[in-house]
Amino acid sequence: MLCMICNQKEAKIHLTDVKQGEVKKWDLCEECAKAKGIDDQSFALADLLMGLGASQELTAPAAAGEEPGEGSCPACGFTQADFKKSGRLGCPECYQTFTEGLAGLLKNMHKNTRHVGKAPRAQSQGREDQARLKLLQRKLEEAVAVENYEEAAHLRDQIKGLKEHSNSPLTV
Amino acid sequence: MNLNEFLSPPSAAARPGAPNDKIVLSSRVRLARNLRGVAFPGWAKKPDRIKACAAIQSAVEGLPQMKDGFSQSMEALSALDKQILVERHLISREHAAKGAGSALVLSRDESFSVMVNEEDHLRMQALRPGLQLKEAWQAIDAVDTALESRLDYAFSPELGYLTACPTNVGTGIRVSAMLHLPGLVLAEQVNQIIQAVNKLGLAVRGLFGEGTEALGNMFQVSNQMTLGETEADIVERLNKVVAQIIEHEENARATMLEKKPRVVFNHIGRAYGILANAHSVSSKEALNLLSLLRLGIDEGMFPGVQRTLADQLFILTQPAHLQSRYAERLSADERDFHRADMLRECLRGVSRPVVQPPAPPAPPLDKGP
Repeated sequence: MLCMICNQKEAKIHLTDVKQGEVKKWDLCEECAKAKGIDDQSFALADLLMGLGASQELTAPAAAGEEPGEGSCPACGFTQADFKKSGRLGCPECYQTFTEGLAGLLKNMHKNTRHVGKAPRAQSQGREDQARLKLLQRKLEEAVAVENYEEAAHLRDQIKGLKEHSNSPLTV
Repeated sequence: MNLNEFLSPPSAAARPGAPNDKIVLSSRVRLARNLRGVAFPGWAKKPDRIKACAAIQSAVEGLPQMKDGFSQSMEALSALDKQILVERHLISREHAAKGAGSALVLSRDESFSVMVNEEDHLRMQALRPGLQLKEAWQAIDAVDTALESRLDYAFSPELGYLTACPTNVGTGIRVSAMLHLPGLVLAEQVNQIIQAVNKLGLAVRGLFGEGTEALGNMFQVSNQMTLGETEADIVERLNKVVAQIIEHEENARATMLEKKPRVVFNHIGRAYGILANAHSVSSKEALNLLSLLRLGIDEGMFPGVQRTLADQLFILTQPAHLQSRYAERLSADERDFHRADMLRECLRGVSRPVVQPPAPPAPPLDKGP
């Protein structure tokens, strides 16, 4: 029997994975098994939790090369190998560090990859302020375009007030 | 405070009168939250974990919902206490394995529980009897909003609330209902239902969640996806699916009673026979038999007996609850004996099941003077 992954070497490792009544069989050669993190009989937990191949998804982190510990989260030192072992991330920053690798994973396991639910009030307030700022700026441009300077001055004051009073940093 | 003194007795825990409580045992909504700039509990160094735990615990204790609540480090709870909490569905089995650096905060009425440093920094849940998913969501939403001014949550506008496991990221919500489905099991339709529910992206699990078997014909239905959908949409979808399962369960019961009444009566009669007469009953067996007793009560075969009797015994026959009634440590065999004794005692006042709805009393043979 040949390895299911490389189709070249003889399969020496045979795994049966039962999930919700569905039985999946894996026949792998030693090299491919090792690459999947099945070297010491233990299946990579990330693969079990999120489907075969999940542990390979977290490839080089976005900030690769910049940090001395290449491939690890600059905030907490978590690595791809740790994810492979546990199926869990190290800290909130890891989402930033491993953003590329996670994108594929998240796409497979969720309805969508963009959050649309609840946000902390400070955040949603920021979102609203940001939207209002955009609107005011567009109006300001329009006012300037039609040379309505009185209106433009009024809008400029409003924008200034919003920037001063908002708790979250607003970008133009 | 002692946990035993804090928890309501099982008789009060199994309160009647909640919406749809014939088929839906309980509704639960949990949210996963983490602190910005702090490593997740599974990766944090012990001193950091202890520090974060203390900060979170005191923030949660200060909530109005937690007034007169129970707050304790997991280290301070005995193995028996932890197991009792698991049996009441107030903590997860994973949390029961935690010690220093993890904690539990429980509201006075046990409707809210917050696990500190389980897989995430905070796992907060609202638990309600019967089908009350929306109410549970609104209740835990309020707790979460109140906490947000006390704690700095890890949140990204793109990915939402950041969680240790990417399967929970986004809303961090898990909405679940515990269903009692003996009709579908007897009619051998439950697997079809489970498959259909799975196709809708919902999970069906056993009594104690992930990786547990469906004992006592009890199934937990919950959402799996947490990102890309609003909380309200997730709650609504689960609500709809549960309503449909209720309908299927009602139909299965009616069909079985009409087409194969003997099968149903046989199961219930045998369950009653064992519960009322056995001298050794394991906890698994008890759950399965009590499920049939509950079905018999629902279908009018035990006139005058309340469903809460079965619900109460579901809790009381669990290993830790049983053990907590005795000072000395019981072996599994001894527990089975004591469990059977308790069941016989509790069923003493319950008459044999009647297979017809109670007819008007037959005229006495001898009319007398």
